[in-house]
Amino acid sequence: MTDRIKAPLNGLNLSNITVTDVSMASIIWKRFRKHPGAIAGILVFTLLVVAVVLAPLSPYEPEASSMSERLQPPSLRHPMGTDALGRDLLTRVLYGGRISLTVGLLVVVVSISIGVPIGALAGYYGGWLDSVLMRLTDTFLSLPALLVLILLSAILREVDAPLFENNSVMTIALVIGILAWMTFARLVRALFLTLREMDFVSASRALGGSDLRIILRHILPNAIGPVIVEATLELGYAIIEESGLSFLGFGIQPPAPSWGNLLSNAQENFTRYPWLAVFPGLMIFLAIISVNYIGDGFRDALDPHKVFKQAGEQ
Amino acid sequence: MTTYIARRLLQTVSLLFLLSILLFTLVNLAPGGPLAGQGRSRHISPEKVELLKRQFGLDKPLPTQYLIWLVGNDWMKVDTDGDGIEDGYGTRLGILRGDFGFSFRTRQPVLVEIGQRLPNTIYLMSITMLAALLIAIPIGIVSALRQYSSFDITVTTFSFAGQAIPEFWLGLLLILIFYAWLKNPFNGEPLLPAGGIQSINISGFNLGDRIAHLILPVATGAFGWIAWYSRFLRSSMLDVIHKDYLRTARAKGLPNRMVLYKHALRNALIPIVTMLALDLPTIFGGAVFVEIIFSWPGMGRLYYTAAQQRDYPVLMAVLIIGAAFIILSNLLADLLYGILDPRVRYE
Repeated sequence: MTDRIKAPLNGLNLSNITVTDVSMASIIWKRFRKHPGAIAGILVFTLLVVAVVLAPLSPYEPEASSMSERLQPPSLRHPMGTDALGRDLLTRVLYGGRISLTVGLLVVVVSISIGVPIGALAGYYGGWLDSVLMRLTDTFLSLPALLVLILLSAILREVDAPLFENNSVMTIALVIGILAWMTFARLVRALFLTLREMDFVSASRALGGSDLRIILRHILPNAIGPVIVEATLELGYAIIEESGLSFLGFGIQPPAPSWGNLLSNAQENFTRYPWLAVFPGLMIFLAIISVNYIGDGFRDALDPHKVFKQAGEQ
Repeated sequence: MTTYIARRLLQTVSLLFLLSILLFTLVNLAPGGPLAGQGRSRHISPEKVELLKRQFGLDKPLPTQYLIWLVGNDWMKVDTDGDGIEDGYGTRLGILRGDFGFSFRTRQPVLVEIGQRLPNTIYLMSITMLAALLIAIPIGIVSALRQYSSFDITVTTFSFAGQAIPEFWLGLLLILIFYAWLKNPFNGEPLLPAGGIQSINISGFNLGDRIAHLILPVATGAFGWIAWYSRFLRSSMLDVIHKDYLRTARAKGLPNRMVLYKHALRNALIPIVTMLALDLPTIFGGAVFVEIIFSWPGMGRLYYTAAQQRDYPVLMAVLIIGAAFIILSNLLADLLYGILDPRVRYE
């Protein structure tokens, strides 16, 4: 949007100066575009998501076995080959991707919804509340995460409640998220500690803004950038955790496919049928590397210091 | 410094106490309790399960069970034969006196089980870390000195890949290539073994055989860490290179080699050392995957089997040791930071 300033200001005639109004989003996008890795990451990740969403278009059912087509190497009919029950691997990989990516997104949602409020309260109020919440965070950080993850999912494998039956997507996402919110809590606390001293916060308080309003309307929006960067990296981390758990047999339970348990099933005979191990792992790899590149792009685009630094180097 | 360490150690004890309560509750939350698996797999009658429960003290309320786990039960009357009458003193000493109980699975003391496995994990992981650092540090230095060169760009791409590749997939790929596809040209055997610490048919210590068995697990474990540490050293080196004291060193006529290795590298390595201390628990945690893929008889596999078979005493012991390890690594990182960087002062 371009505006002409019409009214003369302080006796100065500014009528021939044009002011270009640029939104924050467009600035960020402009910087983001300069990062070739991030663009490639967006492309690959979008492709993955589209493929996974379109999985039902596959001519094969993910759980339909065909004994006449067992363990076939990749061919035109079956681009990723078939497994020991004659199921089309590509179809299973796509359906597995639905589960793995959903778990990843849910983990981000879970850990943000625990970590951000804790960090915000600790950073905004300080004092005893801060001590208590940070003690809690430290306690969770001292847990051997992978071991506790294995323990929890081994226990919950037997639980049969609605939505949580036998390590459903929800269970696994909750378990991973409960052990991953601490980075958000620490990050948001640090951001709140600086932001709460800003003048616009005092201004809002002087105008009678309530604590809740200040936290939600004034401070939180200013803290969103780093949280987005962290969330992107968290997504990659969650995908690798889920596939690791499922690989060990404690995650998503077969016959429901996930990238991890497809890899786990392949383990037994993969030296003779390598495609069973190569393709699911390749998907995990592609998902994580694209997400990491996107995160890196966001970090460069959202970090004002980095931009100045680059400008200084040139 | 001494008071600082003393205060931190005191905090460690209270944190561990808190964690032990948390973990104990978690472990015992499992539906059916620790004997659920026993009843199913061993075809024991429900009466027998009840009897075992009384014998193991599992019929007691959770806080009492926790207390027994912590300080033992040799001071209290317990039901030793499971007939419902408290007829003698217990034999457990509790973890505070070094008694982690008996494994449900093997009926061996937990500490004996861990003692058999822990050296294997330390052996594998220390070699993995050493290999990772020996490769990562030169890569990081060259990358920083030739920033934006084609070498640097290649390394950057490679390090992104290294951090994205799941350990368990990399392990399978390496087995595929070096065990299934590539053959030893002299005898047609697989080029490298796919698992174990040493060949079964070799008795005693054979260095060549040991090394052959190390290559694939070490490569699998080290790959991600090479990527991470070369990246980390690169940026830490770049930070230092632009510092004033490097310009001073150059200005007073020191040869470039001396400036880089004596002044820049030394300072760039400080954050690496602290980072290494912080990463120790994760490094050992990663042992779970490597040990399972390469059938390595270490702690990771011990924990994995224990989780599958609900071997609660083993699970609790490994978890507590793991938590203590994390807390002590954090303390170590803070202390190292102060020792290596004299500018750091403890409150």
